[in-house]
Amino acid sequence: MADLKKLYDSVVSGDAKATQALTKEALAEGVDPLNLVNEHMVPAMDEVGRRFEANEYFVPELLISARAMKAALELIRPLLIARGDKPVGRVAIGTVKGDLHDIGKNLVASLLEGGGFEVIDLGVNVSPEKFIETVNSKQANIVAMSALLTTTMPSMKTTIDALKQAGVRDKVKVLIGGAPITQKYADEIGADGYSENAVGAVALAKKAVTAA
Amino acid sequence: MHPLIQQLTSHGPVITDGAWGTELQARGLGLGEFPDLWNLTQPERVGEVAQAYVAAGSQVILTNTFGANRVRLTEQGSAEHTAEINARGVEISLKAASGRARVFASIGPTGKLLMNGDVTKDELQAAFSEQARALAAAHADALVVETMSDLEEAKLAVSAARETGLPVVACMVFDSGKDKDRTMMGTTPEQAARALTEAGADVIGANCGQGIAGFLGICKRLRGATDRPVWIKANAGLPTMVDGRPVYTTTPQEFAGYIPALLDAGASFIGGCCGTRPEFIAAISRNLSGT
Repeated sequence: MADLKKLYDSVVSGDAKATQALTKEALAEGVDPLNLVNEHMVPAMDEVGRRFEANEYFVPELLISARAMKAALELIRPLLIARGDKPVGRVAIGTVKGDLHDIGKNLVASLLEGGGFEVIDLGVNVSPEKFIETVNSKQANIVAMSALLTTTMPSMKTTIDALKQAGVRDKVKVLIGGAPITQKYADEIGADGYSENAVGAVALAKKAVTAA
Repeated sequence: MHPLIQQLTSHGPVITDGAWGTELQARGLGLGEFPDLWNLTQPERVGEVAQAYVAAGSQVILTNTFGANRVRLTEQGSAEHTAEINARGVEISLKAASGRARVFASIGPTGKLLMNGDVTKDELQAAFSEQARALAAAHADALVVETMSDLEEAKLAVSAARETGLPVVACMVFDSGKDKDRTMMGTTPEQAARALTEAGADVIGANCGQGIAGFLGICKRLRGATDRPVWIKANAGLPTMVDGRPVYTTTPQEFAGYIPALLDAGASFIGGCCGTRPEFIAAISRNLSGT
C-alpha cells in the first residue's frame, strides 16, 4: 500500500528517486493522479515554500524539491493529458530582451511546474513579439518576465505595452521578478504582480488564475 | 599577508572604485549591451571610466572584464576573443591608472548553476583559469573574484586565480533570506569567509545585492570569521524608474556617511557597486580625509 505521507516527505526532502518510486506505486494501485498532485505533492511544495520564507530552505533545497516534484509529474502528466485534464494555468516565462541571465527564471519555471502549471519556457533575451506569439499560439494566461540588470528592466515595460498594442493585455496576468525589480516598478509599468522570490511567484501565479 | 595587500592596507582604509556598467551606459553603451566587448570596440570610453575613478580618489580600480570568461562570452558569440578582451581590459585600466592606482582585475560569475548541471566543475575551472592567466599576463596587480552567489563556483574561481601567483580578493553577494544575509544558495558570511580563506584568498569580501546599510552587519560577520582583510562594495540602494531609466536614490553624501560605521565594522577596502559613480568615490575620499 503506497504510503502517501512518505510521498509528501520525499518531495519536501527533495528525494527524486523515492518520489518517483512512490508515485509509480500509488498509480499502480489506482490512486487518482490528480489527487496525488493536489492532495499530496502540491501541499509538499507549499511546505517547501514555507520553509524557504522561514529561512530554513534556500535555492539548493528549492531546486532539489522541484526536481523531485518534476520526476513525479513526468509519470503523471501523460495520464492527465490522456483524460483531457487542463493544467492549473499556462505560463509563458522568459528573461527579457537584452538579458541572458536565467538562474532565477529557471527556478521560477521549475517551481511553477511543481505547482501544477504548464510552463512554456521561452529562454533568455526574449522579445515582446515572442511573448505575444506564445500567448496567442499556446493560450498562455500568465506572462512571467525576469530581468537581472537594471539596464534590461525597461524591456518589461516595452513588453507590457506591446501586449496592449496587440490587443492581448487583458487576456493575461503579467508577473515580474528579478534582483533590481521592486513592487514600485511593477506598479509603475502596470504589471499585475511582483514577487521577491520564486516561492512568492508561484503563490502569485495561483492567485492570478483564480482571480481571472 | 601578501606583500601588496600588506602595503596597501598599512596606510589605512583603501578606496576602491564604483560601478562600471552605468558609467559605460552614460557614455553610450546600449541597454542590455554586453560591456566587456567595449574593450575591443570602444576602448577610449572604457578608459574614461577608469580615469574618472582614479581622478575621484580610487586607490584601486578594477577592469571591464566582469563577464569575460569563456562561458559567458560563448553566449555572446565572442568566445574567440576571450584572451584579447581580458588583456585589453587590464591594459586600459593600467593606462588610466598611470601608477596612481593599483589595477585589480575583475572575474565575475559564469551565470550557470553547478547544481543544475548547467555546467561542470571542470568547465568552470578551465574558464576561470583561462581568464585569470590572461589577466595576469597583462600585468594586473591582483585578481578580484566578485559577485559570487555559489560557494562552489567561488572556490573554483579562487583556486584558478591563485595559480597566477597574484593576490586574490574573493567576494560574494549576500542578498537572500529574510535578513538578506545569505547568498542566493544559502551561504552565510561565516561560511563564505572560512571556505574562501581556506581556498587561499588574500582578501575576503561582499559586494552588490543591497544598499550600504545592510553591509555593516555582513562586514562585522566577515571580519569575525577570517584573519584576512575585508573588502566591501555596496550598492547605492535599489533602483526606481524615472522616465524609463533606472535611478538609484542613495546620494554620494548618504553613502559616504556610512563609512565610519563600515570602518568600525572592520572594512579595509571600501568602494561601491551598482548605482555608484565617481562622485561616490570622491565623497568617500573626503569623508576619510576628514574634510
